[in-house]
Amino acid sequence: MDYNIVWYILVGVLLIGYAILDGFDLGVGILHLRSKGDYNRRIMMNAIGPVWDGNEVWLITAGGALFAAFPNVYATAFSGFYLPFMLLLIALIFRAVSIEFRSKEENPRWRNFWDWGFSLGSIVAALLFGIAIGNVVIGFPIGSDMEYQGNFFDLLNPYSLMAGFFSLSMFALHGGIYLNMKTEGDLQKQIQKWIKINYWIFVVFYLGFSGFTLYLKPEMIANFSFGQIDLPGNKHELVENHQTLISVFAWTIVLLNILAIANIPRMMAKGREGWAFISSGSMIAAIVMLFALGIFPNLMVSNLDPAFNLDIYNAASSGYTLKTMAILAAFGLPFVASYTIIIYWTYRGKVKLDESSY
Amino acid sequence: MTWDVETLSRIQFAFTIMFHYIFPPFSIGLGLLLVIYESLYIITKKKIYEKITRFWIKIFAANFSVGVASGIVMEFEFGTNWSTYSRFVGDIFGSPLAAEGIFAFFLESGFLAILLFGWNRVKPGMHLFATIMVALGSILSGFWIVVANSWQQTPVAYEIVVDYGIRRAVITDFWEMVFNPSAMVRFTHVILGAWIQGAFLVLSVSAYYLIKKKHVDFAKKSFAIALGLAAVASLAQPFVGHEHAKIVNEWQPAKLAAFEGLYETQTNAPLYLFGWTDPETRETSGIAIPGMLSFLVHGDFEGEVKGLEEFPEEDWPAVNGVFQSYHLMVALGMLFIAATLLSLFLLWKKKLFTPSWSWLIKLYIPAVALPVMANQLGWVSAERGRQPWIVQGLLRTSEGVSKSISAPEVMISLILFVLVYILLFFVWLYVLDREIKHGPDHVATVEAGYKKKSERMDALKPH
Ligand code: HDD
Ligand code: HEM
Ligand code: HEM
Repeated sequence: MDYNIVWYILVGVLLIGYAILDGFDLGVGILHLRSKGDYNRRIMMNAIGPVWDGNEVWLITAGGALFAAFPNVYATAFSGFYLPFMLLLIALIFRAVSIEFRSKEENPRWRNFWDWGFSLGSIVAALLFGIAIGNVVIGFPIGSDMEYQGNFFDLLNPYSLMAGFFSLSMFALHGGIYLNMKTEGDLQKQIQKWIKINYWIFVVFYLGFSGFTLYLKPEMIANFSFGQIDLPGNKHELVENHQTLISVFAWTIVLLNILAIANIPRMMAKGREGWAFISSGSMIAAIVMLFALGIFPNLMVSNLDPAFNLDIYNAASSGYTLKTMAILAAFGLPFVASYTIIIYWTYRGKVKLDESSY
Repeated sequence: MTWDVETLSRIQFAFTIMFHYIFPPFSIGLGLLLVIYESLYIITKKKIYEKITRFWIKIFAANFSVGVASGIVMEFEFGTNWSTYSRFVGDIFGSPLAAEGIFAFFLESGFLAILLFGWNRVKPGMHLFATIMVALGSILSGFWIVVANSWQQTPVAYEIVVDYGIRRAVITDFWEMVFNPSAMVRFTHVILGAWIQGAFLVLSVSAYYLIKKKHVDFAKKSFAIALGLAAVASLAQPFVGHEHAKIVNEWQPAKLAAFEGLYETQTNAPLYLFGWTDPETRETSGIAIPGMLSFLVHGDFEGEVKGLEEFPEEDWPAVNGVFQSYHLMVALGMLFIAATLLSLFLLWKKKLFTPSWSWLIKLYIPAVALPVMANQLGWVSAERGRQPWIVQGLLRTSEGVSKSISAPEVMISLILFVLVYILLFFVWLYVLDREIKHGPDHVATVEAGYKKKSERMDALKPH
């Protein structure tokens, strides 16, 4: 077995898990300030209260897995994105402690401060994730020594800013759909109104962003093209030998993505709250997969010379480590899945406040 | 000192990890105590243990969240500030870090949801199970991160390769890497230190109630159990520390020599209780027990201990700094033994909670700061003592830093962390203070904050 591919998939799974699960936490944070009144805000925060920490662990584990499996990507990306990463860390810190501290004090000014911390933390994090993905797609100056050669402002190009707003709109939509499941009454009606607006904002960004990508980076669909489009640099033999299979798979994901997006308003209209959420979760999973398929077998693309790309081989750990870690992951992930299910099952249904709520 | 990327990154890493390490020991120590208190509740069914458990859960929560928030920082700092180091050790160091996520953090954060919010939702047995899992998860996360740290103190089971022009260490045997020579002693020492710190927090808060004569029954019971834990862990600590010192002597002799300010290799080497050492003049003065260091390391007063002169001066750590931090940690350890044994004796004689000993109880209120210091000093000794190596004998700290970042960038992030952490620290203290003043009878109210009717909206239809 080619463990390098296994780890490409596993890191992808962790990121998809993160984007779906913490995605709605971020979305709730993005919407938080739009709800008025203390009671509503408590309901919104408690909708994610028991689960947000576990959701964030997906990011931590993805970080650890990237470090273990592709240390050169971990090193290049994190040191190259130095300041944005620091900003991300501060945003995540504020989000975490705001949830915990907000309800400790009754003073409205205190609560207002943490409301802002929670919301701004979520907005900044959502934007930065998008900007990071945008830069991965468009490529950045990586030299022959695998080091990032650019500066902070190179990261803020129009394309990646667009990606940032795309991810912001996506998480805002997803968070709203989650809240729709967890709330009742007037608050829920209000949330449904937001979802309607956010849906169209999202669709506009989605189309704009897809068009922009195809215009700037037609290579992104090389793996979708049944061998019609050639990438600069070497092709992975897996792609070479299974061109048709990969392209068929890629188009299936495209189809799934479109169906999922179209299904959201349908399910909302029918009042099928759970299905609407499953649709937006599938939509996110499909979007992450499309990115992964677009850049495979690279993890980071150099815009100086394709020979400097970091791919699943030159960025990876030794075969022994990849194999050992794959065994550990195969052993551990079923446990992770079972705790996740237990927790979500325990807290199913609409939010009720009690004395241990935030 | 020049304010280059290396220096600033060292300051930033030291600052962020020392801040983080205020919280995990409280979580680990309180976690164990919660398991004990809740088990007593399940067994005896007494209301008082329910009250005890639920109160300490609130304190635990406030602490845990700051621990979580500050932990993510270091997870990414290896990549942001120490990227050359990350390339070098990724094969080895990444694995325990990933294992920590898979095996520890998911367990911890998942069951935390039930521990914090599940009291009225799940059966008591299930709640206790969740408490045990959270406590276990926090210990496991300590295990994996300590494994990672220990490998860079005592690297084994690796080979050096050069791939794509990058020099790196590659694992040859996973389990040998995990159970590297210092891993298990360091893990034991760290967990015992955490238990001491968690127990002292309970002692401190309970002592406060006892002195204020509030919640007296609650406070006595909390206190007695925490005292037992503190005494056991304190007593064990020097024995584990002693094993630890033997391993340091074997694998990092320059570090041990710096701990004791030993310059010449000698037999009958002395052990200092207090002292001062000056690497310029190569003199150490203070109160010493002759031959004791040789005896501790070799079990023989005539055993030979290597001095710093055996090593090039550029490979020396900051001798006096390490000497002081190490000796303070040991002195604090001795103090904990004395204080907890005396208190246990008085408890047994039923005198501890009488007015004539209230001065001792009073001293426990501020004493919670001491184990925090001991734990910090321990890490400072271990980590500064390892300098100038980031991976002992293989990679220097100066070679480990990121190449693509600039000093102003690190300065900006350092200033941001300092500001944010100062804010967090005071908010954390404030919130703890509020919880403690509210006491175990306080229940948070749903109606809060916005008193004006217009600011509320009907979110939930009345049932
Ligand atoms: C001996 C214990 C110990 C030590 C030495 C460290 N930690 Fe820690 N860490 C914990 C024990 C712990 C803990 C007890 O598991 C947490 C959970 C809550 C808390 O207060 O601390 C924690 C939280 C925590 C989290 C958040 C986990 C979550 O969201 O649930 C991360 C990402 C890290 N840590 C990472 C690190 C790194 C990269 C370290 C070293 C460089 C480190 N910790 C040192
Ligand atoms: C396991 C948890 C760890 C703890 C609790 C810990 C603790 C500490 C402490 C207390 C310091 C301050 C020493 C000083 O005064 O300078 C420090 C410094 C440092 N540690 Fe660690 N450390 C840990 C893991 C690591 C790891 C995994 C690395 C690898 C990158 C590392 C690298 C460093 C560096 C580079 C410094 C700065 C060196 C210096 O300024 O002396 N530490 N650490
Ligand atoms: C009482 C006698 C003690 C002895 C002889 C002792 C011994 C040691 C030694 C030799 C080290 C250094 C290991 C290294 O550099 O690799 C160490 C580190 C450390 N000590 Fe202690 N210690 C004692 C008490 C304590 C106490 C009471 C605490 C905390 C409450 C504590 C917490 C730590 C910590 C957190 C470290 C750093 C992690 C590690 O390397 O284990 N120690 N100790």
